[in-house]
Amino acid sequence: MTKIFDRFLKQPKDVSCGGEEPSCGGDRAPADDGSADRLKRHPWTYGITNTPAGGVPIIAAKMSFADRIGTMRMRLGIGRTSYAVPPGLYGVGRPDRRSPVFVTANYKMSFDRLRQALDGFDGWILVLDTRGINVWCAAGKGTFGTEELVRRIESSGLAQIVSHRKLILPQLGAPGVAAHEITKRTKFRVLYGPIRAEDLPEYLRAGSKATPAMRKVTFSIRDRIILAPVELSGIVRHWLFLVLLGLWILRLIGVRFFSLDFPAILGAVLVGAVLVPAVLPWIPGRAFAWKGWLLGILLVFVIFIIKGSPSTVAGWAGALSYFLILPAISGFLAMNFTGSSPITSLSGVVKEMRTAVPLIALSTALGLVAMIVSAVLKA
Amino acid sequence: MSLRYISNVVTLEYDLAKCTGCGLCVDVCPHAIFALDGKREKAVLTDRDLCMECGACMRNCPFDAIHVRPGVGCAWAIMMSTFRGKAAPSCD
Repeated sequence: MTKIFDRFLKQPKDVSCGGEEPSCGGDRAPADDGSADRLKRHPWTYGITNTPAGGVPIIAAKMSFADRIGTMRMRLGIGRTSYAVPPGLYGVGRPDRRSPVFVTANYKMSFDRLRQALDGFDGWILVLDTRGINVWCAAGKGTFGTEELVRRIESSGLAQIVSHRKLILPQLGAPGVAAHEITKRTKFRVLYGPIRAEDLPEYLRAGSKATPAMRKVTFSIRDRIILAPVELSGIVRHWLFLVLLGLWILRLIGVRFFSLDFPAILGAVLVGAVLVPAVLPWIPGRAFAWKGWLLGILLVFVIFIIKGSPSTVAGWAGALSYFLILPAISGFLAMNFTGSSPITSLSGVVKEMRTAVPLIALSTALGLVAMIVSAVLKA
Repeated sequence: MSLRYISNVVTLEYDLAKCTGCGLCVDVCPHAIFALDGKREKAVLTDRDLCMECGACMRNCPFDAIHVRPGVGCAWAIMMSTFRGKAAPSCD
């Protein structure tokens, strides 16, 4: 049991996840090329500029109301699977032969970040077909990768449109792109720009030079909390959560199968999916599951301070089930937050799972036994 | 406070002899694990435990001086791939 995750340590595989955006959703089916679609009217395009390689849509740098609603929907985890822009070449401002070329993914939020950062600049934006996945996740999968970049450079006719041979890529695209191979195959030189699109203006003004701070990924309290709604929306739509909620509602209207403290479970969910991410650096220890378990134990103590300590054997068995089940829930959810963090390695996550997953399973099973014992004693 | 993950686990290997000091690994590492030495002749590995195994340095090293097994540091992906019997964890 403890070794089942180890097989992932043996095979090298170009996949990664977490970071910039909540979590890496599944791929959409790849479109043939998809770039013709960008010439249709979109709310964020407002014209076409003619180039030696044909018409190129010019996009707005400012976000419209619809764009903002779209971002909000993504942040809340509503309809996450299709938020893509057609791949291919776009222009921003009044681009000419000497304007810089920026490369990004066709996840609309990645694209939006970039165009907002380029407000007031003239440039070209080469959008790769990453199947609607953000730069970081797509680079891990290899869809934001060397092959796709070479293909897009050729299909867009970029070499006829600009006189220079430089591309500015987001630094987080580097896991998928071999800069030296791009140069070898297309004559274009890859410059890795800053991690955050917001830093692009300063990077450009400094003559394409990134400061050390621009090159470092951060995971601030804001970054961590902004992920909570997406995590939660995944949990509350899970069948198990809905079953527990249903049982609780039945109980409220008088149909009692067994005693189920749904608010306590909801508390453990909030601890694991919201509180742990929020206070992550301040919780002692390194493993995420451990951090979640620790705060889960604190939650149980808080519950018993409020409820008062049990007086009967049945009460003690019930209390034991709280100690076994609630921290297991928050530990499990905290462990799942590894996928959203830009600090966890595959090796580290496998190491923590080897210990945590069996313990969580055992603790939950024993907790259910304690719950049944408590119910039997009460009856 | 610290945002450090588990120590002594990462698969990152760096061969100083092959390094030419081009500095690309310094540019691409999101945790600034590599730095150029004082004379800017070689990259040096500073804090290996901060590595998240994204593989950017290996992919961009033209001299094959860096090796790491890149992968998903994501418990959910690892679990799902285990249950579905996939060869490697991915986020699909």
